[in-house]
Amino acid sequence: MASLDRTARAFLLTELVSGFALTLKYMFKPKVTVNYPHEKGPLSPRFRGEHALRRYPNGEERCIACKLCEAICPAQAITIEAEPRDDGSRRTTRYDIDMTKCIYCGFCQEACPVDAIVEGPNFEFSTETREELMYNKDKLLANGDRWESLIAANLHADAAYR
Amino acid sequence: MPKVTIDGVEIEVPAGITVLQACELAGVEIPRFCYHERLSIAGNCRMCLVEVKPGPPKPQASCALPVADKQEIFTQTPTVKKARNGVMEFLLINHPLDCPICDQGGECDLQDQAMGYGFDRSRFHENKRSVPDKELGPLVKTSMNRCIHCTRCIRFATEVAGVEELGATGRGESMEVTTYVEHALSTELSGNLVDLCPVGALTSKPYAFEARSWELSKTESVDVMDGLGSNIRIDTRGAQVMRVLPRLNDDVNEEWISDKTRHALDGLRHQRLDRPYVRRGGKLVEATWDQAFAAIEAKLKGLDGTKVAAIAGDQCDAESMLALKDLMTALGSPNIDCRQDGAKLDGPRGSYIFNPGVRGIDSADAILLIGTNPRWESPVLNARLRKRYLSGHCAIASVGPAVDHTYPVERLGAGPATLRDLADGKLGFFEKLKAAKHPLIVVGMGALVREDGAAVLALARDLAEKLNAVRADWNGFAVLHTTAARVAGLDLGLVPGEGGRDVEGILAGCEKREIELVYLLAADEIDTKRLGKAFVVYQGHHGDAGAHRADVVLPGAAYTEKPGTYVNTEGRVQLGQRAGYPPGDAREDWAILRALSERLGKTLPYDSLDQVRARLVAVNKSFAALDQQAAGTWGIFGKTGALTDAPFASPIANFYMTCPISRASKTMAECMASRAHLMAAE
Repeated sequence: MASLDRTARAFLLTELVSGFALTLKYMFKPKVTVNYPHEKGPLSPRFRGEHALRRYPNGEERCIACKLCEAICPAQAITIEAEPRDDGSRRTTRYDIDMTKCIYCGFCQEACPVDAIVEGPNFEFSTETREELMYNKDKLLANGDRWESLIAANLHADAAYR
Repeated sequence: MPKVTIDGVEIEVPAGITVLQACELAGVEIPRFCYHERLSIAGNCRMCLVEVKPGPPKPQASCALPVADKQEIFTQTPTVKKARNGVMEFLLINHPLDCPICDQGGECDLQDQAMGYGFDRSRFHENKRSVPDKELGPLVKTSMNRCIHCTRCIRFATEVAGVEELGATGRGESMEVTTYVEHALSTELSGNLVDLCPVGALTSKPYAFEARSWELSKTESVDVMDGLGSNIRIDTRGAQVMRVLPRLNDDVNEEWISDKTRHALDGLRHQRLDRPYVRRGGKLVEATWDQAFAAIEAKLKGLDGTKVAAIAGDQCDAESMLALKDLMTALGSPNIDCRQDGAKLDGPRGSYIFNPGVRGIDSADAILLIGTNPRWESPVLNARLRKRYLSGHCAIASVGPAVDHTYPVERLGAGPATLRDLADGKLGFFEKLKAAKHPLIVVGMGALVREDGAAVLALARDLAEKLNAVRADWNGFAVLHTTAARVAGLDLGLVPGEGGRDVEGILAGCEKREIELVYLLAADEIDTKRLGKAFVVYQGHHGDAGAHRADVVLPGAAYTEKPGTYVNTEGRVQLGQRAGYPPGDAREDWAILRALSERLGKTLPYDSLDQVRARLVAVNKSFAALDQQAAGTWGIFGKTGALTDAPFASPIANFYMTCPISRASKTMAECMASRAHLMAAE
């Protein structure tokens, strides 16, 4: 009896029809893919992307060269040198991140006592050469300036859980 | 000996110590801020609270409580823990939360102890106290908001350094640690305040914000800035020396070091010789090692050994001096000297070391200083002398320059005439020395670098023997050297051989063209103008006086850059480890001499540091015993002769600049400027 049933199905093309029916059903459902370069998916406020050094609203850089990020970095990607600035405050003279070493663990932003180093929402920073991924202080501060509004919004959104 | 029970464990401790010390002996650590082993007890931080039975029903400050027999001490009870938590909360009330920008961060007692006893938030909602920062000179940076009033700095300045310039004004919350009149601290030991401060109120100014303690690699070494050979720890980051800290050694420097030892290190970054130079057409031009050696070889070809001379510098390690001596012997030259200043020392070992040892100062009961200003020649040793003075019953007198020693010194006179009177028993102080059980006679370089140095030395020996200061159980004859290399040089026999010339003879020979080639091994303290037309080879680490005059410059290593053996003024052999590598093409000094000897066809018989050290021991057995003071042999030394009337003067006119490293140091220049008026007065 089972063989008869199987033969009938084969001749009536039921598998084919049910398959096409499923395809047809999804044709009328909303799309789940995004048209990537033109469209982007949602990001969590905790997303850990490209690093940035932030400034205070008055333009003063936040980083105070405490070197906690350098100390905690498990990949040893951060290099900092510091000395007193002319006004006597403690500032970095060098703040380098080797983005090829970085593992995006986010420990640096967790260690930072002044929210200076953050991993921002930007994940599109691929480069054509390795050298471009050796970030220096200027690059990081420029990142901070560019992404500040989003970074600030993310920090605000996540503040309640920190 | 009282028996006490600490946390249920019975232990027998020496009578007269405090409960805190007893706990230390039992291996129980008590948190503390104000208590320090080498300072008087203040008992004002209250962090060391413990429960003691029998006693009042409240926690006691263990640092100020003497142990008593059958005492029961509890250090871990809930009461103690709660009391310490309370003390910590009070300390943190006014302490700013600026650990990220504080240089003490990572090595801060308050930070560490707050981990154990701190509360994770503040319950203090009023305004925090704010205190203006003080100016303590170019070495100590202040941030007085962080001060927790432990008064360690005040006690150090008053007791150890002997300058009563720090104190506290106000009381309670308005207490402030301050110099009453704002000025730089007039002590050569001010750097130690930074080590003592348990928080970040006093930090090092030259080192400000430069590095974190966890980034530094630590190397144990020996200081070469003076003759004491203080034990130091060199902290480096990468190739750069970031700071120098003292190491504990009760036999030498306790736990202090002088400001020069600590802060001359920025001189290691400037004026360095990093490649060989050869003089061509009156100008030093860069060369390769091969060209430099070729120039020396060409000059030495056919030159008689007696026309060659060598002078060893003041900061050389024993290895390089041995190599120099062996090379000169191979070249057939007896003209070698390690006494750049011309000190008349070449007798038996007992005649040129600090025989009683630094520890011997503690048991001396009458001290005579001859031609020395220990405060500038060796500030840490001077602190030891002051410590001896403070413990009482010790008469101290000097024949020499009138200076502020930081402790009262009876000045008997200025020159050799006074010393002669004293040796003849004409002065009252002779009786005091005679009556003393352990008389100590400190002979400084000021008395020995003179024309009549040998006669003064003979007179001092005569005095020591008259006082019975040299006997089986005590040798009170002490020579205080100002340079780190001198004792090793004398131990290795870097003095003119048979028919050889000393430094004065070499320079005179150069002027008369009797000496054709002079090899300066980091020797910069001679009058280079007197080298005349001689061919000068300078091997050293800094472009100082010697390198400017040289015809060939061979770049060597500074003391932080080579493993070296140093012998301090007591005759104690100490090893310094390598903290980094010399810059550029520079090499270790003994290796340069070894390479040169091969080029000259007189290959020295050692290829490795171990072999050099084996040769050191073969030359002088005292090099076999590390960190020990080999006793000096006694004999006839000095030369009785005519004494001049000139007063003794300390050879150090300027404490902050005595060597190529300190002369290249910006920090030392700042110190000098800040104390210019004081130096002028002295």
